[in-house]
Amino acid sequence: MTNEKQFEIEISTDSKEVPQRLAIIPERTPVKYELEKPDEKLVMTFPNLIIREVICFQLVVIVLALISLFFDAPLEELANLQNTPNPAKAPWYFLGLQELLHIFPPVVAGVLIPLLVLIALIVIPYFDINIKRSGLWNDQPKKTFVIFSSSIFLFFLLMIFFDAFSIAIPTLLIYILAVSPYFIKKENVFINALAHLSLAEWIMTWFVFVSVLLIIIGTYFRGPGWNWVWP
Amino acid sequence: MKILNNLAKTKFWQSVFRTKLPLSTNLDRSLVIFNSLTLHIHPVKVRLRAIKFSYTFYLGMISFFLFFVLIVTGVLLMLYYQPAIPHAYRNMKDLEYVVSNGSFLRNMHRWSAHLMVISVFLHMLRVFYKGAYKPPREFNWIIGIVLLVSTLLLSYTGYLLPYDQLSYWAVTVGTNIVQYIPVAGKEIRFLLLGGNEIGEYTLVRFYVLHCVVLPLVMILLIAFHFWRIRKDGGLL
Repeated sequence: MTNEKQFEIEISTDSKEVPQRLAIIPERTPVKYELEKPDEKLVMTFPNLIIREVICFQLVVIVLALISLFFDAPLEELANLQNTPNPAKAPWYFLGLQELLHIFPPVVAGVLIPLLVLIALIVIPYFDINIKRSGLWNDQPKKTFVIFSSSIFLFFLLMIFFDAFSIAIPTLLIYILAVSPYFIKKENVFINALAHLSLAEWIMTWFVFVSVLLIIIGTYFRGPGWNWVWP
Repeated sequence: MKILNNLAKTKFWQSVFRTKLPLSTNLDRSLVIFNSLTLHIHPVKVRLRAIKFSYTFYLGMISFFLFFVLIVTGVLLMLYYQPAIPHAYRNMKDLEYVVSNGSFLRNMHRWSAHLMVISVFLHMLRVFYKGAYKPPREFNWIIGIVLLVSTLLLSYTGYLLPYDQLSYWAVTVGTNIVQYIPVAGKEIRFLLLGGNEIGEYTLVRFYVLHCVVLPLVMILLIAFHFWRIRKDGGLL
């Protein structure tokens, strides 16, 4: 790219006086044009898609009916203010939140973290600069490694400080998976798949892994006084 | 078959279904979509790859069908339910012992609710990992997030309605979190519960939220969500 400015560009709208035209062609096709796939095979919506929808609906109803025949919805005795169960548990999808409540101060766990998660989810499409999803280690792997590792380390210390082992340990696991393509240069399917994941995908994977784990812990491993029990 | 054919020739049938039977050409098949409400959701032709199970796992579709089952079973359950103490709990017992297939109805409602939370969440993950939220689909992603939150709220408000020990204390745990919201936490909790503790008014408020407000929001947003998919060029 050293011999770029060997000619002068004369800007003019008069095509008779300045007959030459200069077209600047980017080295790579811009991503937004690359993503369009115009020449894909099309089929008729009716019946191809409609039949799939009908079958899907039937299967959903059949599976639900079977589940409902064999498993009864739980029903305990009438609500009683005098009789507090130990522990009182939220519905399963909020047990991760309840687990957080056990670890952090209530304002952080009950308000700040859910709010941050919600905001993070909402801004995803607007802050996604890595449109092509290039892997975490694709460019400047050394710099990436230093920044990535130090931020994970700080986060890890913070979690240890709060005794949040149920977050710290899965974070460490995800970290080990994420940095393994940096150290292991051997080519195999598993490492290749890991190397292809972008930072955004790693963050989402971490979020899902931690929330599922917290829900499992909250459901099966928490007994009286929210102490650890084996199921 | 002959009766059906004759029926299809009647004026009434043709006033309902615009497309003439039998369907023999692709033009006829396209008219089925083109002449019906379906055109707002589906184009006449779709990409073969996009309708394969392995592409989307039909998670959005499954979520919608679960929502549909929830509305049908929910309306039926409303026929047997009184949002009052202790009637609400007795109604549950009636469903179990008195109403024909009452248990089945309640099971169906509860399990589809749980499955819907899972399928909506998985749907979000699928969309994320495939990058299907990218321009021009950004806003539809946000609608999706609002739908996920409404699903959780619907499930949560429904949790109180049986008014047994399980629901009472689960909702207590949840509404206790609300009071930690800075500045207006206590007031918001009061507004939600209709008092300082869970009682008659809480049940009515959660009932109205569960049966009227949230489903309406949900239906409107789902309609918008589907329409946006179509406008933004189908599935990705």
